[in-house]
Amino acid sequence: MAEQDWKTSKRTFAAVSLPTLFWVVVFFLVPMAIVWLYSFGENRGLTDIEFSGTLNNYKRATEWLYISIFGKSFAVAALVTLICLIIGFPVAMAITFASEKWRPWLLLGIMLPFWTNLLIRTYALMMLLGTQGFANKGMGALWEGTSWIKTLVGLQPLPTWEPVQLLFNNFAVVFGLVYVHLPFMVLPLYAALDRLDRSLIEASLDLGAGHFRTIMRIVVPLAAPGIIAGVMITLIPALGAYLTPDLMGGTDSQMIANVIERQFKKANDWPFGAALSFLLIYAMFALIAIQSMRKKVPEVR
Amino acid sequence: MALFARTPVAPLEYSRTLWMRLWVGAVMVFLYAPLVVLMIFSFNDSKRNVVWRGFTTKYYEKALGNDQLVEALINSLTIAALATLASLVLGTLAAVMLWRFRFPWKGAIDGTISLPIIVPEICLGVAFLMFFAAVGWPTDLVWPFNLGAITIAHITFCFPFVTMVVRSRLASFNREQEEAAKDLGASEGQVFRDVLIPHIKPALVAGALLSFTLSLDDFVITYFTSGPDTITFPVKVYSMVRFSVTPEVNAASTLLIILTVILTFVALKAQGVKAIAETH
Repeated sequence: MAEQDWKTSKRTFAAVSLPTLFWVVVFFLVPMAIVWLYSFGENRGLTDIEFSGTLNNYKRATEWLYISIFGKSFAVAALVTLICLIIGFPVAMAITFASEKWRPWLLLGIMLPFWTNLLIRTYALMMLLGTQGFANKGMGALWEGTSWIKTLVGLQPLPTWEPVQLLFNNFAVVFGLVYVHLPFMVLPLYAALDRLDRSLIEASLDLGAGHFRTIMRIVVPLAAPGIIAGVMITLIPALGAYLTPDLMGGTDSQMIANVIERQFKKANDWPFGAALSFLLIYAMFALIAIQSMRKKVPEVR
Repeated sequence: MALFARTPVAPLEYSRTLWMRLWVGAVMVFLYAPLVVLMIFSFNDSKRNVVWRGFTTKYYEKALGNDQLVEALINSLTIAALATLASLVLGTLAAVMLWRFRFPWKGAIDGTISLPIIVPEICLGVAFLMFFAAVGWPTDLVWPFNLGAITIAHITFCFPFVTMVVRSRLASFNREQEEAAKDLGASEGQVFRDVLIPHIKPALVAGALLSFTLSLDDFVITYFTSGPDTITFPVKVYSMVRFSVTPEVNAASTLLIILTVILTFVALKAQGVKAIAETH
């Protein structure tokens, strides 16, 4: 049914719109505007900031150090998204085609970690990946087992097991981000696959295409909007991730959010931090613009 | 091919093929093993988290005896409850506005309302830090008013999720029901209370669960918004993890995980797995 023109019942419209608009303006747009203004300011003394309209903060952001951190954040986020897609797609397929009895429970299994505290999940992963953690112990046991088998068949035993550094490096950051963001990918994928017309898949199989070919040629193109949604929902938070690189990364795994945080806490350079924040927001907008452009392509054809 | 198959696997029963089962099983182990290990080791009688040295509950006593930690947990729960209530009201109003009315600048307003979902947490945190500094928000208020700044920040990023969930539910509302109610003499307010609200109830439950967990979960925005004396659970756990990894953190984490599971099951009991899953 058609939407009602706001003029036809002004009082109801005011009742539903004013609280929301007030909140959005005062507690979202105004704070964002302050950040935007600060990004054109400069530090004068410890706490004084002058809004001089300078572009120096943005100029400083184009220094190689910051460009490389931006590039690295993008690369990490893209890699995390790709891994999540590869791991998550079969899971979403399995949930979609599971029996009525099992499907809700599988969904719940994916959603429960999504609802669990991010910090707790990161901490749990840190426990596992530490040099004394179970991942290392498990690999050590495997190593020793192989060594023992080799001596058994008369070969040289392997050198003694040295614990590998699994934590505080780039590997840990990617691993942690995949762990945290996997549910973000699976849920939109499932939503898209669930809407799929199954008779198309059946038709493809009947006409002699294999399962793999059916998935690549029928399922993936039809579920493309959901796949893109999943990619965006994973990519955007991964790009702005703070906690995982901070706790699990090493000195060389800083991502853009960590650099922003440093401007506000240790470096105390609010204008530069504000400029970096807005560059990150512009990057998000660019990603979303690319996505909405992609959406329009099939309509043009 | 199939594991435990009693009837032959139909072509589309992907979830009954062995490879799929192994894959899903591995993903579930990947998702849950770290949490299970964390929970088991909260009962470990050792200062370090590596070797099992016997069962104890002393770290629970320690965690519950840690005044700062308990205070942080109470703060977090209070903030989450307040933010959820406010988000439900604001989010529902926004959803009704966008669903029911046609008005100038609608596209822009619609986009702005969902913007807090897209803007990275760190940027939102920074924005609130600057905002509260600029308006000179008092930091020395008594409990619970000292949580005001954090609560405001949480409402801003929670209510767009409620709007999203409620709006998708409203799409299936039959406007004729509303007209019927009006024909029978119901006022605007009565229609809202007795016709619209019952229809969107599953979305409200899902939205409440979403807001509550998002608020309870948030570290980054709170980290920037909290004053020197207001700590929340994630901020406290963060400083504990940074400082040293002790079973006390495990014990506190286990309690929060259990709380999350209970909340989830309460919501499920109220609405059923399917309804909650579908609103996501």
